[in-house]
Amino acid sequence: MPLPYYVSPEQMMQDKAEYAQKGISKGRSIIVLEYQDGILFFADNPSSSLNKISEVYDRIAFAGAGKYSEFESLRKAGIRHADLKGYAYSREDVTAKSLANAYSQSLGTIFSQEIKPLEVEILVAEIHDSPDKNEIYRILYDGNISDEKGYTVIGGRADAIKIFLKERYSSNMPLKDALKLSIEALESAVNMKLAQENMEVAVLDRNKNRRKFRRIKIDELTAIIGS
Amino acid sequence: MWNSSFYDFLTSQYPNMLSQSVLKYDGEILTNNASHNESIKNIPFGTTILAMKYRDGVIIAGDRMATEGYQVAARRVEKVYRCDDYSAIAISGAAGACIEMARLFQIELEHYEKLEGMHLTLDGKANKLSLMLRGNLPLAMQGLIVIPIFAGYDLSKNEGRIYKYDITGGRYEETEYYSTGSGGKDARSTLKKLYSADMPEDKAISLALEALYDAAEEDIGTGGPDMIRGIYPTLKMIRKTGIADLDEETIETVYKRMIANRQKSHKKEKL
Repeated sequence: MPLPYYVSPEQMMQDKAEYAQKGISKGRSIIVLEYQDGILFFADNPSSSLNKISEVYDRIAFAGAGKYSEFESLRKAGIRHADLKGYAYSREDVTAKSLANAYSQSLGTIFSQEIKPLEVEILVAEIHDSPDKNEIYRILYDGNISDEKGYTVIGGRADAIKIFLKERYSSNMPLKDALKLSIEALESAVNMKLAQENMEVAVLDRNKNRRKFRRIKIDELTAIIGS
Repeated sequence: MWNSSFYDFLTSQYPNMLSQSVLKYDGEILTNNASHNESIKNIPFGTTILAMKYRDGVIIAGDRMATEGYQVAARRVEKVYRCDDYSAIAISGAAGACIEMARLFQIELEHYEKLEGMHLTLDGKANKLSLMLRGNLPLAMQGLIVIPIFAGYDLSKNEGRIYKYDITGGRYEETEYYSTGSGGKDARSTLKKLYSADMPEDKAISLALEALYDAAEEDIGTGGPDMIRGIYPTLKMIRKTGIADLDEETIETVYKRMIANRQKSHKKEKL
């Protein structure tokens, strides 16, 4: 009987990480940034029906980059987690923190135990009445979780876009400026004009009633930033 | 894998969170025996609800009282719940089971909308409610009945629609108006005499509130307008532009005017 090949744990983890990163870097990017009235989600997405950004609960939204089928099932699991918690306790007890932790746990488990890691990077954001309490969590393919302030980017050219934003971002921007900045940032990374049909835009708007999530459709987008 | 239904997710994964188990006593299933009939009297019941179509859509309303046998259990119970922007559910029957079903149905619709990225059609919502009622049948057979009215604006047909249900989940569409609960028959009598198709909104509101008032006069389980505590029936309008609550001041004004008119005609009778 042949002996199984020995692969060191370090080597195995490194291989998996490289595999996941390679998958994610092929995809397009998503920017999340805090503006005057809430949190803006901006994705470069040529499909108008296969969304990367989604509502999860009253104050919580989700964004996923990487392999669609994988972050889509994570998105659905997140909505089930949130609705179940809100049903068992109360709507106020559903928090981005607990959701982000649940994501981190399951991504971490899959990364260490399955042969193929998930090729995804996800964001969970929650809006609060006072802007300094807003929460943005970024969760990586291996379950690594970090909380971000102001802005963050996931997906393909995340690092380059982050550097672009770092120089230009200021807190308390009106929606129009935040949108323009996001477009410039994404265009700078791909070195080409972004068509408005390829933009998926949504906000968590503090001024809305119970459900704060709202998609900004192309007509409204054109009206805000001009064509 | 589950489909996009929160209710199916609960029934398959967390059945203990739904009260679908059958009540038992010493291993015997409780049915119509004396002790069971006695205990059912100690459960609050919600009473009269109604829905009617009018020119701009559909009105859905209900009184506020819950009763335990011949006692008032609560005076401020809400029986009409908004489901989403274009539909609402009103409930009558065992209050606990009813309120729970309304809450679960609200979550169900929102859950579907979030997972699928689109609304269910009005027929789809009405069917889903029917399935949920069927799930409640074991409890209904033991007296914990839930009888809702579901009403909404059908954006594809451009009209308001009303669905009534029986305890087995049977779903029937009404074309003009419907009222159910302990005072439902009395409210229906008023609606039957005074209803006409395509009523303007103010007339339709007055008629709905008057029907509830008549139900409260004839049926001991139905609460009328409580001027002392300021508790009034609640009413929602569902139009093409979405759902809206009728504010309490307007309801109070309508009732004050109606009572004044009735007092006047009563005095005339005496002369």
